[in-house]
Amino acid sequence: MTESGEIGPWSSGQSAGRHPQHHPSDALLVGYGAGGLGEGLSLAVALHLAACPECRAALADIQAVGGALLDDLPPEPLERLTLADTLARLDREGCAAPPRRRCRPEEAGTPDLLRPYIGSLAAVPWQRLAPGVRRAELLPRTARGGCAQLLRIAPGTALPHHGHGGLELTLVLAGSFSDELGRYVAGDIAEADGDVRHQPIADSHEECLCLIATEAPLRFTGLMGRLMQPFIGL
Amino acid sequence: MRGIAPSSSSLTTGAAPDDGADPMSCALVAVAQRGDREAFARLFAHFAPRVKSYMLKLGAPPQRAEDLAQDTMLAVWRKAALFDPAKAEAATWVFTIARNLRIDGLRRERHPEVSDEALAEHEDDRPRADALMDGAQRATRLRGALRDLTPEQAQVVHLSFFADLAHPAIAERLNLPLGTVKSRLRLAMGKIRKALGDES
Repeated sequence: MTESGEIGPWSSGQSAGRHPQHHPSDALLVGYGAGGLGEGLSLAVALHLAACPECRAALADIQAVGGALLDDLPPEPLERLTLADTLARLDREGCAAPPRRRCRPEEAGTPDLLRPYIGSLAAVPWQRLAPGVRRAELLPRTARGGCAQLLRIAPGTALPHHGHGGLELTLVLAGSFSDELGRYVAGDIAEADGDVRHQPIADSHEECLCLIATEAPLRFTGLMGRLMQPFIGL
Repeated sequence: MRGIAPSSSSLTTGAAPDDGADPMSCALVAVAQRGDREAFARLFAHFAPRVKSYMLKLGAPPQRAEDLAQDTMLAVWRKAALFDPAKAEAATWVFTIARNLRIDGLRRERHPEVSDEALAEHEDDRPRADALMDGAQRATRLRGALRDLTPEQAQVVHLSFFADLAHPAIAERLNLPLGTVKSRLRLAMGKIRKALGDES
């Protein structure tokens, strides 16, 4: 456990046997399947997919669209690339798939998808943001204006009312929160875009652990965006 | 190594593909089961020029596009044992490999995905093709549904796949309200799900 000793059992919410009630929009799922979302947004969607068979089925259809579009592309003549060279590389470099990253014992209980970023949740360096709210950076801001962070919100804490400069996803990992649009528990994803303003409140007896990923629209990716963005994520 | 022993599912569904089976799927299964180089040559001839085309559309310079096409074909060989013809068409599977390599190579980002191992634990991820349609029929109906999209719907679908943009950025590029882009994508996916019999 961590310094404070007040962290709940992180993995409990993941395996409650309950399918999520709050899903990504078709537009968001298409963005994920097509590969048009930044890494932070994709991570939030993937964490939802891990808990949601319905959305995995929808994703399969989207990827089938990707396959059909790939198949229908006009073949581009190859200049230097040859089959012989590709086979030679297989002979030289080996045919086996690269080994999967293995789970270290201290990482058990941390969702698979988070391990490449933080290793174990118990070792995350939390930073106090406001009374009852702690934050840890998961993905620093990328060239596209995306970022992702983990938030721990104490029971009953209300975050300030805020709008969104771009697209903001909140994925609940444990505990729950409510806002004007409903109640969100583990696996649920809240998708806010454009001028949605909301005030999330951690509403259970348990601490709420969530991942927040944002991506600013193109107009925010310049210097102004970099100056503004730290205030948009929260 | 894993590559030598295909999963039981691809053995049972792949060993005796039915007559209408997609030749690319059969070739992938042959690569997985016996390291069949002639089958790989067919996959290469079909997919390498198309993956190059995909990479060019997404902004890769020509030499980079060929490098990424080769990386894709190498991964196709190395991961062939993970391909399950009951779950997806060969083109779909190759698309996901190319997409991930493109994000890694051109954007220096990862594409987080639920691992196959994690999914194997879920009963409800049964092969969906079992339902009513075989793979070939699904492919035909999918292409029909794509042809039936309105030009406006087709445009946002194409930008999603070929412009490396999320929907808010597509709305900006087209100078449309975000809600319009979202509803076009919703309607397009509705048509596709209906054609595939996956309406919820």
